Amino acid sequence: MSLLSIRDLWKGYGDTPVLQGVDLEVHAGSLTAVLGLSGCGKTTLLRVIAGFERAERGSVSLAMQTLDDGRTYLAPEKRGVGYVPQEGALFPHLSVQDNVGFGLSRRERRSDGVAELLEMVGIAPLARRLPHELSGGEQQRVALARALARRPQALLLDEPFSSLDASLRSRVREEVHELLREQGVTTVLVTHDQEEALSLADVVAVLRDGRIVQQGAPADLYEQPVDERLARFLGALNVIDAQFRDGAARTPLGALELRADPACNGAGTGVVMVRPEQLDVRVREEGAAGESTAAGLRGRVEQCRYYGHDALLYIRPDEPGGVAEVLLARVHGEQALPIGTPVSVAAHGPVTPLP
Amino acid sequence: MSKFTLSEQAAPGGWARAWSGRRRWPLTSVAGGALAAGLVLLPLVFLVKEALQPGWAEVERLLFRHNTAVLLWNTVRLALACTLLCAVLGVAAAWCVERTTLPLKRLWAVVLVLPLGVPDFVIGFGWVSIDPALHGYLAAVMIMTLSLYPLVYLPVAFAMANLDAGLEESARSLGLGPWQTFRRVTLRQIRPAVLGGCLLVTLALLAEYGAFEIVQYQTFTVEIFTEYKLGFDTAAACALSLVLVVLSVAALGGEFALSGRGRAWRVGPGAKRLAPRVALGRFTAPTLLGVAALAGLSIGVPVGSLVYWTVHGGSTTLPPASILTDAWHTAELSAAAALLATALAVPVTTLAMRHRNRLTVLIERLAYLPQALPGLVVALGLVSFSVRYALALYESSFELIVAYSILFLPLAVVGVRSAMAQASPRMEEVARSLGARPASAWRRVTLPLIAPGLAAAFALVFISAATELTATLLLRPTGVNTLATQFWAYTSDFAYGAAAPYAALMVAISAVPAYLLSRRMTTLARTEASR
Repeated sequence: MSLLSIRDLWKGYGDTPVLQGVDLEVHAGSLTAVLGLSGCGKTTLLRVIAGFERAERGSVSLAMQTLDDGRTYLAPEKRGVGYVPQEGALFPHLSVQDNVGFGLSRRERRSDGVAELLEMVGIAPLARRLPHELSGGEQQRVALARALARRPQALLLDEPFSSLDASLRSRVREEVHELLREQGVTTVLVTHDQEEALSLADVVAVLRDGRIVQQGAPADLYEQPVDERLARFLGALNVIDAQFRDGAARTPLGALELRADPACNGAGTGVVMVRPEQLDVRVREEGAAGESTAAGLRGRVEQCRYYGHDALLYIRPDEPGGVAEVLLARVHGEQALPIGTPVSVAAHGPVTPLP
Repeated sequence: MSKFTLSEQAAPGGWARAWSGRRRWPLTSVAGGALAAGLVLLPLVFLVKEALQPGWAEVERLLFRHNTAVLLWNTVRLALACTLLCAVLGVAAAWCVERTTLPLKRLWAVVLVLPLGVPDFVIGFGWVSIDPALHGYLAAVMIMTLSLYPLVYLPVAFAMANLDAGLEESARSLGLGPWQTFRRVTLRQIRPAVLGGCLLVTLALLAEYGAFEIVQYQTFTVEIFTEYKLGFDTAAACALSLVLVVLSVAALGGEFALSGRGRAWRVGPGAKRLAPRVALGRFTAPTLLGVAALAGLSIGVPVGSLVYWTVHGGSTTLPPASILTDAWHTAELSAAAALLATALAVPVTTLAMRHRNRLTVLIERLAYLPQALPGLVVALGLVSFSVRYALALYESSFELIVAYSILFLPLAVVGVRSAMAQASPRMEEVARSLGARPASAWRRVTLPLIAPGLAAAFALVFISAATELTATLLLRPTGVNTLATQFWAYTSDFAYGAAAPYAALMVAISAVPAYLLSRRMTTLARTEASR
């Protein structure tokens, strides 16, 4: 059942529209990532949910209670929505434990609640420190503990990991993820990092030009994006010409299984999206020239980007036509090939047609 | 994240924008802001009204006579010479202290600021009591330069300590020599600080009364004072004051035109390194001598003569018992004014930073306006108002307190603003999402964060009010003396021995906060630079 429900939400600053009819359903206990480029309105969306900004139109409701529908408006302190802003925004004049206990009553503060929270996020020894004495990751955890202290119905995280440096980011990300899972808190996280959204969230909602263009499980979005722009935003891809027949796509890379898509049931021509990891690259023996044993497209390695765990090959087909000028293929790190290597490229399905 | 700016332009546009839009205005802030704006405008309005009272012909006769031209010439040539000298001395001293291997740097950084803690008329007294023959243009230029150069030194030293070494290094690597680098890079960087300091010097010169009276140099302010106090001609005084206001506005406009786009002197948030210091080598001794001479002339002479007169004068003239009463009055009036000015600065700053729009920016600009208004002008405006419309207020303590808080409102706003910049509204929002009501969120989060700024604002206004002379002479209730007015009374009678303890007490009151302030600036500059 959806706990947080946003319907046709509009919000702008002056003459600049920011949110233009956002619809979003967040299920109880889930972690939903709102993914979008900077300036797409992600933060504004969170601020409206938290109650720092008021909606112009549309509605925000939490557990059947209306928070804001353009007329009635519930003050932030009455919403039961926890908020962790980008930089953590710890109160600089309060110690870690006073920060965490800020939202609690005097009696609650004196009980063991605060200590338990600090224990839970793993910063119990730092209880008496001041925020400026903490590292970025520690500050983030304090901010999280502070927001969780009041047992909010929903938790909002605004780019929580973007201020951390790369080495720290993945670790803090893991810890926070685990914590949220244990607590079972309904969470909305906004980020511009598609990798972060795909790896952390149960549901990813993509915000673009003030609207949610697609919402679904990470794999669904990655494999079946609504359009090419979104497909490219989520990761590299090859766009290949195809003829559709009997639920399969005939392409220069061979006949590929099609994902069930009601839009392309019938016959016809179009394009399909093939992710780089769906390409199979084999080295062609130069000696056996002319012999076309392997079904697939012939080409040569034009460029190789080596990342260690894997490598990205840029392959230029010998005969252009039907495929992009250069094909991108992701292979295992040990399969990185020198530039100029002759290869044959095949693909494995299923693939998704693009509109 | 610490951010301290000397220029008022440091508008944190980012989140200010987020708070605009369709948001209900906090009524307390709006009421406070409106009150502040009204108070600032009140004396101006009644000054104009009073000046025009006798009719335009009379104003014309007054303004276009020979004497006015003489006053204008006197005032302008003094302002030009002093401002230029202050700029040269201030920049040179700042460079020596902040950018060379000058010995005793810490000591000079404090000592060179100290003249700010001594009222100009006390510095004038210090010199004239040593050599009664000192008078006229050159004496005025010398005394005012020695008392005002810290206004340039302080912001420039701060800017220099804060300079990014990378810029100068880039210039050198692009083929510029050391002198060219200084002229084309360093000087460009500190230009806004220099211009800002020069503006303050010019405004202080236009407003000064006491020091010029002591060296018998006629400027507009002196003439206006005489016209009102001796000639009992309020209308004429107000008409002449209008010229003074025009001169101040011209100074403001000049600074604005010259600084122009140069204001954005902070480049990028990149990591900063301290610029390396220039090795003085065999020039160490002459430079040291120069800096010591500046310190000796500006702070040594007045303090020395105060000590001399306090010790030697004390044996002939008994220290008047009234000094305690006067000190108490001074403290009472100044504290009340500091409280009022700080209280007014909070809503003004809150509106301008968190609810930024044309109206709130206008209110903030108005709050800075008294910086350009000589104390005499504000006092005359208030007198004109109270005499005609609120006689009960005329020469009341309340009126004097209001005058102080109008005059020093800019200081309070600067103090509160730099603190408010640290207290991001994000903090209050988080507090609200943690269940705190608006008022409680303000009290528990914003107030503690701006408390140091409020204290600084209070201290600044308190010092300034405690050493104010001109407006006090005009507005003080009959029978109430402050340290400044009593000092003035004794000085006018050439009772130097009796006057000295009053001045010493004023210096003692203001030197401590002035010292703390300069320390705070240096630490801020250091922490900024070490980031």
